[in-house]
Amino acid sequence: MKQLLYSKRLAPYFFILPFLVTLAVFWVVPLGRSFVMSTQEVLYGQATFIGLDNYERLWQDRIFWQALFNSLRYMVLTLVLLIPIPLALAALINSNIGSARIKGFFKASMFVPALTSVVVAGIVFRLIFAESDTAIMNQVAEFFGFGPVRWLRGDITGLVALLAIALWRWTGVNMMYFLAGMQAIPTEYYEAASIDGASRFRQFLHITVPNLRPTIVYVVTISVYGGLAMFLESFMLYAGNNSPNNQGLTVVGYLYRKGIEENDLGFASAVGVVLLVIVMTINISYLVASGTFRKEAA
Amino acid sequence: MAALQEQDRVTTVPATAARRRRGPSAAAWIQSVFLVVMALISLVPLLAILVGTFQDGNEVIRRGMTFDVDLGTLSLDNYVLLFTDSGPYFRWFANTLLLTVGQVAGTLLVSAFVAYGFAMYEFRTKTLWFIMVLLVMTVPFEMLMLPLYVQVNDMGLADTYVVIALPFLASAVTIFFFRQYFLGIPKEILEAGRMDGVSEFGIFFRLVLPITKPAMAAMAILNGMLCWNNFLWPLLVLRSPEKFTLPIGLNTLLTPYGNNYELLIIGAFFSLIPVLILFLAFQRFFIEGITAGAVKG
Repeated sequence: MKQLLYSKRLAPYFFILPFLVTLAVFWVVPLGRSFVMSTQEVLYGQATFIGLDNYERLWQDRIFWQALFNSLRYMVLTLVLLIPIPLALAALINSNIGSARIKGFFKASMFVPALTSVVVAGIVFRLIFAESDTAIMNQVAEFFGFGPVRWLRGDITGLVALLAIALWRWTGVNMMYFLAGMQAIPTEYYEAASIDGASRFRQFLHITVPNLRPTIVYVVTISVYGGLAMFLESFMLYAGNNSPNNQGLTVVGYLYRKGIEENDLGFASAVGVVLLVIVMTINISYLVASGTFRKEAA
Repeated sequence: MAALQEQDRVTTVPATAARRRRGPSAAAWIQSVFLVVMALISLVPLLAILVGTFQDGNEVIRRGMTFDVDLGTLSLDNYVLLFTDSGPYFRWFANTLLLTVGQVAGTLLVSAFVAYGFAMYEFRTKTLWFIMVLLVMTVPFEMLMLPLYVQVNDMGLADTYVVIALPFLASAVTIFFFRQYFLGIPKEILEAGRMDGVSEFGIFFRLVLPITKPAMAAMAILNGMLCWNNFLWPLLVLRSPEKFTLPIGLNTLLTPYGNNYELLIIGAFFSLIPVLILFLAFQRFFIEGITAGAVKG
């Protein structure tokens, strides 16, 4: 016993043991089980092996393709919005002009939405995008000369509401990620460049962006999986897992509907496996391409 | 880049001076106005819910969240309701607090323990396991929820707080953050401890953990916020209404046939208060905690 406590050779394994146990019990076993269940028909605890039938059903399932389209569309749009906008805002407050107090107020105000739960954010945005002409978004619409919009009844307007939640909650966080990265770039780079007559914009493009690479890689990675795994925002916005013509249904929403609400575990597992494969393929190829694994392992 | 650095050694001072002279105050003004406008837009949803807490709940549901309100109709009725007749609300509040404190304490201890192993020792399979930590960070929980839910039901652990916390005590993000922090601690401390005959675990608990406070604060805030707001996993695990947490409880109020919209609005608002107070007091730790991992060393 005493020897164990003092062994430099065995100690690291004891230290990482909780992670290894967690990995085995709560990740590897459930994921393995997911793969097994996806080849079964599970009814009242009775599992029958049915090969790839669930996947075949999935392939022909129109609603699954719709959910996948919705998730991909949301993921791409959140990437398009939630990388450049926070990057530009971070560059703006990282510049050496302007008042520090106003910048502090701005940072805090942008960051506060990230503290709200998806439940509170969903309740608030559901009521901001309400159908009544007095609701905030309809007053904005009226200001621009549109009549009251029934936001959550239309596919595109519903998507706008979902993206509004994402923008509201994550612009500040992503901005702080980028800002932290920018402050780690030596100011000498900029000084040298401005001596050479490089404009602010060129400095941003040729100094800031390349030096922010690790931060951008990180933000893209979490945005890809966050976007593809989006479910609760839609669940709260539409006050449940049902939306008009399934316009707010995502892959995880479909997994939830099939697995939890309809108890069709085999089919729902197949949905989960397909989603896992998509996310891991995108993320691992992206991380390998950007050299992240090589750097971490070194 | 090397060329840039070379040149700058000679010219740093004039460069800064030049930039300071050029800074036009008009640009600063435009920037300030823009930032203030953006900040206010960002605060609109919170201001809207604040206004909503003074309105009749059914009115808010009917008219949506709005600033177009008749000042005469505003009242403190919802606040009175919250503190006198809010049914299970403070039960949810207490449950969430208990779960958050327990889970955060467990996560900090377990994750720091694991991170220490990764940061301070060399061992054969280290790279492999650390890649697993990184991989776990890129697998969203949503993909695990179904098999985990089935597994928990089979193990008879459903409807317990233990099972809400247990799968997440060795949290990949927290491990990653602590590891970065430990890498910056001089190894001499370990050697000194070994000379004095302290065991490997004694070194961690008695010498290293006490100097980890700033990292602990940042991770306590991050994990505390995640627990306080946690919704999906508790929604799957919890069955008994007396065990509901705030997000679960508030969600039950958002039904088409609900008649408790007063409590929904004020309850949602009030659930933000503890987090907002902590944010105002410890802003630095919030930002450090939530941006953890973005800047990799």
